[in-house]
Amino acid sequence: MTQQQRLRIGMVCPYAWDSPGGVRSHVADLAFELRERGHVVDILAPVDDPDLVPAGEVTNGGKPVAVPYNGSVARLNFGLRATRQVRRWIQEGDFDLVHVHEPIAPGLSLLTLWVADGPIVATWHSSNPRSRILAGLNRLVQTAMEKVSGRIAVSEDARRTLVAHLGGDAVLIPNGVRISAFDSAERHPGFDPAHPTLLFLGRIDEPRKGLSVLTAALPAIVEAVPDVHLFIAGPGDEQEVIDDLPPQLHRHVTFLGMVSDEEKASALRSADVYVAPNTGGESFGIVLIESMAAGTAVLASDLPAFSRVLDHGSAGAQFANEDSADLARAAIALLGDPERRAQLSAAGALRVRRFDWDHVIDDVLAVYASVTAGGEGVTTDLRGQILGRLSTGLGSGQR
Amino acid sequence: MNGLWIALGVALVALFVWYLSSTAGRLDRLHRRIETSTFALDAQLLRRSSIAIELSVAGILDPSSSEVIAETAHLARLAADGDVDDRIRAESALTEVLMQALDDAEEVTFLREDEVAAQLLDELTAAIRRVELSRRFLNDAVLACRQIRDHRLVRLFRLAGHTPLPATWEMDDRAPVGLGYLGT
Repeated sequence: MTQQQRLRIGMVCPYAWDSPGGVRSHVADLAFELRERGHVVDILAPVDDPDLVPAGEVTNGGKPVAVPYNGSVARLNFGLRATRQVRRWIQEGDFDLVHVHEPIAPGLSLLTLWVADGPIVATWHSSNPRSRILAGLNRLVQTAMEKVSGRIAVSEDARRTLVAHLGGDAVLIPNGVRISAFDSAERHPGFDPAHPTLLFLGRIDEPRKGLSVLTAALPAIVEAVPDVHLFIAGPGDEQEVIDDLPPQLHRHVTFLGMVSDEEKASALRSADVYVAPNTGGESFGIVLIESMAAGTAVLASDLPAFSRVLDHGSAGAQFANEDSADLARAAIALLGDPERRAQLSAAGALRVRRFDWDHVIDDVLAVYASVTAGGEGVTTDLRGQILGRLSTGLGSGQR
Repeated sequence: MNGLWIALGVALVALFVWYLSSTAGRLDRLHRRIETSTFALDAQLLRRSSIAIELSVAGILDPSSSEVIAETAHLARLAADGDVDDRIRAESALTEVLMQALDDAEEVTFLREDEVAAQLLDELTAAIRRVELSRRFLNDAVLACRQIRDHRLVRLFRLAGHTPLPATWEMDDRAPVGLGYLGT
């Protein structure tokens, strides 16, 4: 269904725009697809180094500060100056609606909820059963959450987390994938078609991405498949990984460093098996979808979110989470069975269709239509906010 | 010593008044959210019934399905101006009739070969999805509102004013399996 009305959308990403991440790429893709359909999207996101972000791509929400959050270190924005900036962004944006992502993280999204009034949509990305911040959900956070007119969860796990902490319900709209960007990607020049290859993607120094589970499995894999090669793509300290590996395995490993979206698609398309040894904290696993879109067999840990994406093993192979021996067994089986890989690749290509952006964006626009039915746009909300009044009065002048 | 107690008393009263006023503000906002969501749901329900009627007169479905859809969709539209419970019953009836009429994915794929039919079925799918979303958003707001209104202080000080206690919209909004729709 076509959307007649051209919407002005204010989109908020709480994580730094110049570091890679699932939420960040979701926001970028969503904005791209919305613009393709003629809507106006203004993204507010933290920026670490303005030189790394093309001018005009996002509204700079300030430099984020590293704080421990959600089991890892997150870079977030908060404070009076950030609040003032969000307020000004909303006042100047004249938005029909505001769409915030991961609103429970103490960053720009939560600030936006605090400051804005009107049609607000929020998307929950992570499943995080034991967040202390959520458990102690205080009155102010609750007040902010009450402003959300339309709640979206990207996965069943994210939805369950949200419902457990906030009550109510949310609609499930999965992450979208631009299938064409993956199924027609060029082969990566670094991959030698003569060798069986494994691929790991993700931050190498983030324990929950599980690289150590994979490297611990490598000796057994090399023993069974002597010409196997492991490609590791993602930022982090490569030397640390090398130091942990037995010297005779060094020639089986290549680091690709931080890769662009195109390189990522190429790498996925070129690998024989994409391995996702993540140990937890994943609610969706967008890379699994991307790998399926690229037509590459997936081998993933048996996290519930992964099992759901892989349709309980029919669209990808799985191993027991954090079990390197089981990973090695499954990887050896897959590398030695091209027929099985082709079968998984075909099942994956079918499975991934429902995650195509075309379908996803229809659903998102339906949510937008539902919350903007009143016809009023987004304004700033100063009720009961002494700090808000003060910082407006002192900072940007009275409006 | 007395002055200290008075100051403390004043501070406590001020804090209490702030609490009451901010709670009243939260309620006011939730009431507005409920109003907007109800408006949205109303619009989506009307849209669903009009597309259903269009589908019934387009000569795409068999005569008995067409007849039953036309009748229930018409009743659902009439119920829009009446009592909420009657409307919920009428709309749920339409849901059931549509589920029965479009219960086979293979047949629907066959119907879709006709361009007009494909367009109407797409529109119906979208309308059904939007009803589902709007209803869920409305119920979210209602539940949040009722949670606050249940509070003793809120009742004692009548912070909700004269706004009637909102009720969740308990209707059957499932989608026909034949539309191949992967909802939530």
